[in-house]
Amino acid sequence: MTLSASDVKRIADLAYIEINDNEAKEALGQLSGIFGLIETMQTVDTSTVEPMSHAQSVLQRLRDDEVTETDQHELYQSIAPQVEADLYLVPQVIE
Amino acid sequence: MFNASLKQLSTQLAEKKFSSAELTTQFLQRIKQLNPEYNAFITVNEEISLAQAKAADKMIATGQAGPLTGIPIAQKDIFCAKGWLTTCGSRMLSNFVSPYDAGVIERFNQVGAINIGKTNMDEFAMGSSNETSYYGMVKNPWDIAAVPGGSSGGAACAVAARLAPAATGTDTGGSIRQPAALCGISGIKPTYGLVSRYGMIAFASSLDQGGPMAKSAEDLALLLNVMTGFDPRDSTSLQRDAEDYTQDLQKPLAGLRIGLPKEYFAEGMSRDVANAIEKALIEYRKLGAQTVEVSLPNTSLSIPVYYVLAPAEASSNLSRFDGVRYGYRASSYSDLADMYRKTRAQGFGAEVKRRILIGTYVLSHGYYDAYYIKAQKLRRLIAQDFTEAYKQCDIIMGPTTPTVAFNLGEKSNDPIQMYLSDIYTSAANLAGMPAMSIPIGFGDKNRPIGLHIMGNYFKEAQMLNIAHQYQLVTDWHLKSPV
Repeated sequence: MTLSASDVKRIADLAYIEINDNEAKEALGQLSGIFGLIETMQTVDTSTVEPMSHAQSVLQRLRDDEVTETDQHELYQSIAPQVEADLYLVPQVIE
Repeated sequence: MFNASLKQLSTQLAEKKFSSAELTTQFLQRIKQLNPEYNAFITVNEEISLAQAKAADKMIATGQAGPLTGIPIAQKDIFCAKGWLTTCGSRMLSNFVSPYDAGVIERFNQVGAINIGKTNMDEFAMGSSNETSYYGMVKNPWDIAAVPGGSSGGAACAVAARLAPAATGTDTGGSIRQPAALCGISGIKPTYGLVSRYGMIAFASSLDQGGPMAKSAEDLALLLNVMTGFDPRDSTSLQRDAEDYTQDLQKPLAGLRIGLPKEYFAEGMSRDVANAIEKALIEYRKLGAQTVEVSLPNTSLSIPVYYVLAPAEASSNLSRFDGVRYGYRASSYSDLADMYRKTRAQGFGAEVKRRILIGTYVLSHGYYDAYYIKAQKLRRLIAQDFTEAYKQCDIIMGPTTPTVAFNLGEKSNDPIQMYLSDIYTSAANLAGMPAMSIPIGFGDKNRPIGLHIMGNYFKEAQMLNIAHQYQLVTDWHLKSPV
């Protein structure tokens, strides 16, 4: 697999991380090396193996549909970058 | 007092040799004196620590004390603690004063342990040298030219330099065991699901596990008794009967079968580490254990598999840091998407961004099967290797790290070399099995060496027994650099 600088910029865009041309170029060299290491996975035949997503094969616990949290919005919003009228403020999205 | 075991400290508190307030003050003074050189702590809050100590003294006076009441514990800065700055080693959380306590912090608070400060760490626990912290690198107290290991490097340094009697860490690919080995202390990563992840800032959720770091196996057992237990707020927390991890410490080791994976004793391990392991195995044979060769054929795949799965999970977990509800926000931006992009570009360091990019890529359209699903299949093979090996042995031993601590700056520009530092440790996280490191001597440049003890699921008590019996007949765990 070969990565290009434009691939790196596309991935950064998907991840919402601003990246300039120089940074993309530097990241390209490092990511290519890392993907070279990752490629060694392809040497093993896993056609009959089930994927393992979790260390313990236990069923997801369910709980009753009851309110367990109390309203602490003032505490939680006290550490937010910008709040007004109990709302988190972000730049205008809709004209 | 700085070299005392937790049991000794607890006894002395009970006998009124000193109060928790006096003990806490002593450690705070030592931190003030030595931390400028080591940088092991990001935050120290004398006011909160001393208030906790006074409350603990009341518990002791009224007969409500447990084994850890009044004892200062250093908390890794990945655990949210109410009223404490909780940074996770990142600029992104440089202004985050947590509004709530992590499950682990609650448990320590309930038994009257003292939070002596928040320890430095690699940013978002991504690193093996503590050089990725926004708050600067941590020094190895045995040799300040060397890394302390990572990501729980501040915790390992704090215990080794006796800035705290014990500490907490977290381990996603070796982050408790590798720094414990490089700083000459003991540390254990428990079976996945034993320690609550609630309020423990997430890196790779299917691998992350909290655990204790301390001078000895006996101390680890006491800490594990407090740290483990079901937490309904963590969806992967295991519901099991409480276990006393000190119960088996005194058992003799006669008949113990130690498995030595031939893949670990091959190329890659340095001469000094190999010599120390051989000497430790001689001690174990004297204690009545026998060794058998076992095989973990997929060992070489654990690093590639880890570097697909961990970044994939991280890219998802770290998407929550967007500058809206808490943490850092860029100061100027043009619109919402630009605010996200600038906030994340400025708030995250280079290694965190690198892993988010890897994770985003392996999860992106067209690559999901080739990378993510492939890695999950290999994860099963790696776990099966251990299950097979444990049919022939009770425990597996080997080196925790291929070499002693490397120099600060030596690998910081070479991510692949850095990733390979975790060659022996990451498989236990992939399998979800417990593993620990104990000090067994010194190698090149008089830097510490760790023995890796790995067990099957829920074998923590036996592993601590095996480590404790070694520490009864050796004194490596009592050595301190200062």
